[in-house]
Amino acid sequence: MLKSKDLMGTGLSSQDFKQKKVLVERWTANAKYGWDQGIAIGRYLRELKNGKITGIKCHKCNRTVVPPRIFCEWCFKPMDEWVYLKDTGTVNTFSLCYVAWNMERLKDPLIPAVIEIDGASSGMGIMHLISEVDPKKVTRGMRVKAVWKPENERTGAITDIKYWKPIR
Amino acid sequence: MGRRVAVVGAGMTKFVRRAQETGKELAWEAAKAALDSCGMTLDQIDCVVLGTAPDTFDGVHMKGEYLADGAGAWGKPYMRSYVGGGTGVFCPIHGWYHLASGHFDTCLVVCEEKMSSYQPHPQGAFLTIFDHTTERPLKPNLLWIFALEMNRYMTTYGFNKEDIARVAVKNKKNALDHPAAQIPEQYTIEDILNSEVLAWPVQRLDVSPVSDGAVALVMANEHVARRVTSKPVWVEGVGWALDTAYWTNRDLCYPRYVEVAARMAYRMAGITDPAHEIHVAEPYDPFDYKELHHMEGLMLCERGEAPIITAEGKTQRDGELPICPSGGLLGVGNPIAAAGLMKVAEIFWQLRGEAGKRQIARKAKHGLAQAWGDLMQVGTVIVLGI
Amino acid sequence: MAFKTRITKPAEAKPWYGDLPVESLYTMGIAGEKFFRTLKDKGKIIGSRCDKCDYVYVPPKMYCERCFEKLDKTVIVGLVGTLNSFTYVYIDVDGNPLPKPEIVGLINLDGASTNLMHRLGECKMDDLCIGMRVEAVLKPAKQRTGSINDIKYFRTTKKK
Repeated sequence: MLKSKDLMGTGLSSQDFKQKKVLVERWTANAKYGWDQGIAIGRYLRELKNGKITGIKCHKCNRTVVPPRIFCEWCFKPMDEWVYLKDTGTVNTFSLCYVAWNMERLKDPLIPAVIEIDGASSGMGIMHLISEVDPKKVTRGMRVKAVWKPENERTGAITDIKYWKPIR
Repeated sequence: MGRRVAVVGAGMTKFVRRAQETGKELAWEAAKAALDSCGMTLDQIDCVVLGTAPDTFDGVHMKGEYLADGAGAWGKPYMRSYVGGGTGVFCPIHGWYHLASGHFDTCLVVCEEKMSSYQPHPQGAFLTIFDHTTERPLKPNLLWIFALEMNRYMTTYGFNKEDIARVAVKNKKNALDHPAAQIPEQYTIEDILNSEVLAWPVQRLDVSPVSDGAVALVMANEHVARRVTSKPVWVEGVGWALDTAYWTNRDLCYPRYVEVAARMAYRMAGITDPAHEIHVAEPYDPFDYKELHHMEGLMLCERGEAPIITAEGKTQRDGELPICPSGGLLGVGNPIAAAGLMKVAEIFWQLRGEAGKRQIARKAKHGLAQAWGDLMQVGTVIVLGI
Repeated sequence: MAFKTRITKPAEAKPWYGDLPVESLYTMGIAGEKFFRTLKDKGKIIGSRCDKCDYVYVPPKMYCERCFEKLDKTVIVGLVGTLNSFTYVYIDVDGNPLPKPEIVGLINLDGASTNLMHRLGECKMDDLCIGMRVEAVLKPAKQRTGSINDIKYFRTTKKK
């Protein structure tokens, strides 16, 4: 039986660190990368620069997926038919996020969402942000449209879509 | 299905926010406690399995090799297994196939995590699980993925936050009786609903705390197990499965991969009616809604029914189907891989009747532990029995 | 199977640049805390002894990795030891030439069973050979912070 007196493990408080009661060593890793975009995502990003969202179709499974990939993970056959999708979609789910990645508090919430893209098979969503809307009014099933950066500011990145706004 | 394998000993450290011990030292404290619990010594151990989540937490590259000596692997066959948050339950499965194959007779299974090393907050380490081209430029944080799944689950079945918060209240209360618990405290549903909103619908008290800690098990083949203890706890079933890495293409309201893993484990254990044949379960609960999600995936209840049987009190320690009697990750703490193995240890103690104040009221012959992880896509399940 | 899509213009194959932000704060641990405190405050190097295995770990460990018993016995090892191996380092971690080559060695301190990795100083490459006696040069007490760099380097022992 587990007994409190037998348990090892020494807990420290943030005071122990501030008052330098324990010795520490700090280290910052120099982890910089240049990832190849790959075949499918490379084309996806280049098309975003043109203001278009691309999907890819698997004829065997009869589905169109986004983000595109060069093989279908269901049947493991090559995906071969590139298709342009619409820049509108439906909110599958969303959140109102009040904290940044390092847990710092945000005054106005970010609205991340999974958005099912029109033209792709049902359930095929991408993660993006929703804006130009009262956070209280966002709902599942809401129809949204992409707001693009001006053409000369696009770089071939997912952020070429600034955010998605409700279709009124 | 290979040779019979039993769990014969278990040990753990306290779960704390920041440990003074190094990762190696935490691993040793748990491993030593597990060996002592069954009166065994390191020279009786044939092989060692280690589990630990991403290297970025401890800030040690190739953490498996680094932790080897603390896990008791000096000069022994040794392997690290890794399936993100699912690691804690995958490790005893890894131990099981070492022994079921007949290649070894005894195995020490150790899981360790030292999340506090990551600065300024371990949350940041999760940033890198998102796709680096299509998702990370949006500056996501890990909470998004949970909040999105939780919202999808709630709106699909029409549950409100109160239905979900009951899990947090129950688990944090259960942890009051766990000697290793990080910050045991009694909360009311109102406390949960009034806690800071992080990423709606996720609030501060819906989330398990980040922790440092380690847990270890000693596993053995039947002929050794019967010599070591009069109460071996048998591994009756194991299962694991992964879903696609394109998480935004998945059905977020039902963990199909958990069902696949559970079916594999039940088939091996000869269980056809899990809701009645599993007597105590420790599904993975890093967030309160995940316990409900996983109960459904494990087929311990119908889809959309988990919040209802929780509200009815069936999942309390004195209920028909006690869920997370340990206090789970929400109550005891969440040192990722170690938290999953803590769940297996709890089932071990519950089935032996050694859980002390945490002992469930009903008789239990079969128990289950489950963990979940990677990019919300892996289910790992182990069924234990006496 | 051939690739279905080829990039024909090399300029299209752009890498996506990014990093993994990893900043760590390490505690020294139970045995490490004792080791670095003693080094900082007393200018001494300690190890932990396992009587059962007749083995002395430097830096000390909380447990013996061989027999798995807890190690409570601290021993002071000398600042003097034997050079077991060494290397000349001409490049930094990114592969750029160092302005001055560094010498790094493995030192078996007297009384220890293990080797300690550290820099060697006050010596030329030609002076060194495996098996020679070396001693630790510590920073002045005031400058010591409880780090492995409280030992500035090892140098060859002066003949008396």
